[in-house]
Amino acid sequence: MYYFKEEHQLFRASLRDFLKAEVLPHLNEWEEVGQLPKTIFQRFGEMGYFGLRYPEQYGGSAADIWYTVVLMEELSKVNSGGFGASIGAHPFLALTHIYAVGTEAQKAHYLQKGIAGELIGGLAITEPFGGSDVGAMRTTAERVGDHYIVNGSKTFITNGVSSDYLVVAVKTNTAAKHAGISLLIIDRDSAGFRARPLKKLGWHASDTGEISFDEVKVPVRNLLGAEGQGFLYIMQQFVLERLFLANGAIAASDHALEYTLQYMSERSAFGRPINKFQVLRHKIAQLASEVERTKYFIYHLWERFEKGDYIVKEASMAKLLGTQLSDRVMYDCLQCFGGYGFMEDYPMARMFRDSRLGTIGGGTSEIMCEIIAKMLIDGKGY
Amino acid sequence: MSYYFTEDHELFRSSLRDFFQREVAPNIDQWEEERKTPRHIWKQMGDMGFLGLGYPEEYGGSNLDFFYDVVFCEEISKLYSGGFAITQLVVQYMAGTYVMKHGSDVLKQKYLPGIISGDLICSIGISEPGAGSDVANIQTTATRVGDHYIVNGSKTFITNGVYGDFIVTVVKTDPKAGAAGVSLLVIDRNAEGVSARKLKKLGWHSSDTAELSFDEVKVPVENLVGHEGQGFYYLMGGLQLERLVAGISGYSGCESILQYSMQYMSERAAFGRPINKFQVLRHRVAQLASEIEATKQFVLHCCRMHNDGHYAVKESSMAKLLATELSDKCAYQCLQFFGGYGFMEEYKVARMFRDSRVGTIGAGTSEIMREIIAKMVIDDVSYKAAATPANRPAAPRPKPKPDARAASSQVRQSPASRGMNPPEAQADAPMQTSQMDMGRMLAGIQIKASSMDPLGNTLKLDMGGEQLFIDGKGDTNEVSLEDAAADCTVSLAPDDFQALMQGDLNPMTAFMSGKIKIKGDMGVAMKLQHLFS
Repeated sequence: MYYFKEEHQLFRASLRDFLKAEVLPHLNEWEEVGQLPKTIFQRFGEMGYFGLRYPEQYGGSAADIWYTVVLMEELSKVNSGGFGASIGAHPFLALTHIYAVGTEAQKAHYLQKGIAGELIGGLAITEPFGGSDVGAMRTTAERVGDHYIVNGSKTFITNGVSSDYLVVAVKTNTAAKHAGISLLIIDRDSAGFRARPLKKLGWHASDTGEISFDEVKVPVRNLLGAEGQGFLYIMQQFVLERLFLANGAIAASDHALEYTLQYMSERSAFGRPINKFQVLRHKIAQLASEVERTKYFIYHLWERFEKGDYIVKEASMAKLLGTQLSDRVMYDCLQCFGGYGFMEDYPMARMFRDSRLGTIGGGTSEIMCEIIAKMLIDGKGY
Repeated sequence: MSYYFTEDHELFRSSLRDFFQREVAPNIDQWEEERKTPRHIWKQMGDMGFLGLGYPEEYGGSNLDFFYDVVFCEEISKLYSGGFAITQLVVQYMAGTYVMKHGSDVLKQKYLPGIISGDLICSIGISEPGAGSDVANIQTTATRVGDHYIVNGSKTFITNGVYGDFIVTVVKTDPKAGAAGVSLLVIDRNAEGVSARKLKKLGWHSSDTAELSFDEVKVPVENLVGHEGQGFYYLMGGLQLERLVAGISGYSGCESILQYSMQYMSERAAFGRPINKFQVLRHRVAQLASEIEATKQFVLHCCRMHNDGHYAVKESSMAKLLATELSDKCAYQCLQFFGGYGFMEEYKVARMFRDSRVGTIGAGTSEIMREIIAKMVIDDVSYKAAATPANRPAAPRPKPKPDARAASSQVRQSPASRGMNPPEAQADAPMQTSQMDMGRMLAGIQIKASSMDPLGNTLKLDMGGEQLFIDGKGDTNEVSLEDAAADCTVSLAPDDFQALMQGDLNPMTAFMSGKIKIKGDMGVAMKLQHLFS
């Protein structure tokens, strides 16, 4: 109510049909394999899903933010955190930066082909030595003639193994902290670029890479925006990323609740459907209320985002609450399934493990609290 | 930047705030001590035009949109005294509203100008020693004798019941009839036979709370609010507003106490630094602030629904549940920030802590909220799930790209598949709905209708194209498929009608959730309960 118009709902219905036909039947297999096939990215490209927010000149649809919200929500309702992460990292993490600060030449190549689903990207910030402490990163890019020579390593990189390129945060000035950070596009086929897939608790359908750069030669034309501005660029996109993560967590929670309610109406114990037991009913009522509250908080923030309001604090709040709630919803919903909740035949087990990264990725809950506290208590702005 | 409040709302807010800071804040400690708020303050507020914001102009009100009321509820809840706030919140939003919405002109003339000018204080009398949230079960009776009702019974936990002027009282005019026997009567506080005992409370010290007893109280028939037997329906509508007000009051109280605590934390030092530098406390503040902000935005969203005329039962109940529970959590944690001072009356936080505690009890307990929400979320979802395959648009098309359209038309799937359900979960999902056999339905309802007392009116069940007509004016209720004008028209979807007939859908719940829409004489519709039970 209030946010989605009929056209958005039509888009949602057709997207759902697409996911049902081309994604759901293969998810179990992709979860087993541990990464997505190139073909599904191509299909997303053909359907126009990667270009929703981007201008028509690059093959996009220049649609309002609510189409993207629908996409994010539906990606989070197929019950595979890994699928959503891998598909989402490309347009929401990699393309976002290329669109925001890329040159026309970079956009003509990476953005246009990215929207078409032909060239897939990822974003590499975190390092083995520093996660949220971005200023402390150690990967260096030393200018030598027309090239940068990149040395260092990155970890926990979604699409880090399978993508065609990565947008990588590097230090072009090692003497400076935040002011020494720049963004480089590094192609997969560059000599000295190696990736190792990491085994994870959840998100099995996505590949997560540990990356190493050993004297990798990157042409200067692959610099995104200006040297030394990388940290700023990253910060500018954090609001979007946090809202996506919050919205995704709540959409997944919605889905888990809906699925659990269906199960509870069919499962009997002591002579009646388990949805008649008051304790379980009240638990569901509580969770449904919190999901509804957080969802409308996030929609309110999307509206503000679209209007260009400054919402760093509120987006951090949404990310904090949305991902915390998702863990609780998954935990409690799994409980409603009893032993079946622990079995892979039912989807709760996957929902439970896939949710767990929410309070860690994209800035931990602790980092969110730090940001909120600084803004609220110390009056700091970002 | 706000999406709900205009500049005019904010101007109103600042003048209201100024008034409160000048006339109220300095005196609250004393009023709390005296266990009573003096009348002159309400009169002053009336003179300033702060009362009757949404009431019609002909009675002295300002006829403003609901967000002025939201501002009023927010600001009155930020004075660190639940007792002060509740007195006028009851008058404006929980009792006076019944007279305004359903009262006769005579009744409105008699009572509305007084509550808008601040001369009159009123109460809403629902709870009884033997029945709280279970309204259909109340025992107070009103027996019609000539031009009067004779009222007997008792009420408890009645805010403003000791020092107030009149009570909008929930009574049974037909003790046999359950919910359909409930009516609302305005009873003057000083009428013969009304007596009050002032109750001692954990908090809300500046407000009076009464146990009332009615002993052969003679109430003129003109003091009936609306129609006999429709009190339950009026209450259902009124309680939505009451819950919204509790929600607004809840988050506003949280905002004020967190602000108050942050101020203290910046001034109080321990181990050589202000305590707002300790990371554990900072994160606690961040978590609380996040929950308050989210809850506030959700409650405001619900207020917008209310302002736009949506009957948002589920959302209002969620808002009340979350905001009042958050208020307790917030008051508890903020008190902790103050250490030993938190336990002392010289800081406001002790009072906030005890005043907050009634939030999850009054205006429907948290448990009742969860019951309502559970009914709507759980018992409803199975119908929704069953209806989904048949109701899905046949060939939805995406807007954004031409080639996306071409591709989606190739997409086929079994309409019954819900994608992720394991096969065994789908097998016994209730699927058969929309195909309705009107003949069978007619027979079913004929049997039920003939076994109950004649309605005394005509009623039409409109199912969008198909209709059932019940003529209850004769000795029995005659059911036909005729499409004629009726005293009352009840509109609902065929699926919901089927669910009603099978007893899967509670008519009151269906009405509250907007599945059933009623036009015309509400009293006829109230009798539907029997038709489907």
